[in-house]
Amino acid sequence: MTKGPRDKTMTIDEVVGELKDGMTIGIGGWGPRRKPMALVRAILRSDLKDLTLVSWGGADVGLLVRAGKVRKLVYAFVSLDSIPLEPNFQRARQSGTIPEVVELDEGMFQTGLRAAAQRLPFLPMRAGLGSDVLVNNPWLRTVTSPYDDGEELVAVPALPLDAALVHLNRADRHGNATYLGPDPYFDDLFAMAADRTYVTCEQIVDTAGLTVDTPVQRLLLSRMMVSGVVETPNGAHFTTCTPDYERDEKFQRAYATAASGTDEEWAAFEERFLSGDEATYQAAVTAFGEEQA
Amino acid sequence: MSDVTRAEVCAAAVADAFKDDGEIFASPMGLMPMLGVRLAKLTSNPDLVISDGESLFLAGVPPLFAKADVVEGWIPFRKVFDVVAYGKRHVMMGATQVDREGNQNISAIGDFARPKRQLLGSRGAPGNTVNNRTSYWVPKHSPRVFVESVDVVSGVGPRRAREAGPAAERFNDIHRIVTNLAVLDVGGPDDTVRLLSVHPGVTVEEVQEATGFDLAAPADIPETRQPTTEELVIIREVLDPRKLRLKEVPE
Repeated sequence: MTKGPRDKTMTIDEVVGELKDGMTIGIGGWGPRRKPMALVRAILRSDLKDLTLVSWGGADVGLLVRAGKVRKLVYAFVSLDSIPLEPNFQRARQSGTIPEVVELDEGMFQTGLRAAAQRLPFLPMRAGLGSDVLVNNPWLRTVTSPYDDGEELVAVPALPLDAALVHLNRADRHGNATYLGPDPYFDDLFAMAADRTYVTCEQIVDTAGLTVDTPVQRLLLSRMMVSGVVETPNGAHFTTCTPDYERDEKFQRAYATAASGTDEEWAAFEERFLSGDEATYQAAVTAFGEEQA
Repeated sequence: MSDVTRAEVCAAAVADAFKDDGEIFASPMGLMPMLGVRLAKLTSNPDLVISDGESLFLAGVPPLFAKADVVEGWIPFRKVFDVVAYGKRHVMMGATQVDREGNQNISAIGDFARPKRQLLGSRGAPGNTVNNRTSYWVPKHSPRVFVESVDVVSGVGPRRAREAGPAAERFNDIHRIVTNLAVLDVGGPDDTVRLLSVHPGVTVEEVQEATGFDLAAPADIPETRQPTTEELVIIREVLDPRKLRLKEVPE
């Protein structure tokens, strides 16, 4: 009897059950694009606290800082694209409710994840030199080239993660996963920088199905990088998940309006969309869509 | 062609910032930089490599915000960072603040620890400014933007780069600052911000008044050139028939 690789399917609540207070969690995607929002919503419903978040940020960051889940935020930007400034993030920064922030250049971010993925303490880079990234993060160090050029570069520290959360278009039950949209973002780097990686996807297919109509180059994650797989249709909502769906701009506007409004307006948004489980959320989104149509 | 608008003068000035770049990746952030880059590609520099702002290199030059036609390459974010380090790139970014020494801020206003106003974050500005040619577009030239000293240094000006050492200075290249009033660079004394030209209808005094520090201004500041007839046809009929440029720079 041949045995296949193990089945890693689980539920979003089981994923959140494996996360612990104080963990460093990397969130894949980019800004308001292909974010593992079903997992973010599950964290919002949980008792998890004191998290360190590592994210090229969008509403994932906004929601988690608004809910007070974040002790430390590592970011290069936080944006909703069509709404340039993320209102919950802005509010949290201006009212000082994120105890510790590390603002990096967005390329330094990639370098830090790459160093972690390669199990190196740091990788050298030009980005950051001369800028206030080094002033506002005085613990960042430079390193001098041991070769004749003697250039002094930023020693971008590794950004190791306890857990990475990513959302892809398709996956099999073992954790192999494809992105079908325009950009892989950095989800493979997040996976390799993390002790454990959890993949949510629009659809779980059998392994052969992953490449039946899709070039093999789109297989971004290998199962050896993945600890758990969850099927969460519309799980990136309201961010993009091209080509399955684009960003829900109407919903994003409603989110941003509530986030920039009074405490009562935000409470009403939370009550309507974020007070139940993922199925309740999706039903509320459907109702919202019908209202707006 | 008559009735040339300020927005059209700005588009031509942005295009001029890219005309001598040769075959490099032109990365415009925002509407006016995109219009100017595409104008340059259709006139002074057809070798420019342009993208859809997402992940595709475009072989053609579509109108603003039109869908891509022919694609000539793939440029997801991870490869953008590779090209930044490779250096064959000229980015034109926005700037919430620019100071006398050509530093730029898009991170936060006020004290970084507890900002009065949190902005985007530094994005790629620190890396851009020590790796590839960088220009800025300022749609509203005012003393709030042009300040003595920026609150947070995101984009690194020439002096800060020099002080940070040879590795920072080596590829630091702040090329142009195009605004709704004028064209500037960092060629003033000690690499400070200098006025290069004022747009038609604008005086040097007006630009100085809208600037929160003493501008290096050589005698006989010329007028920014008017767009040619060919450029006006391209702007009005090809690239921006919906006149989106007037949202950036109203008449």
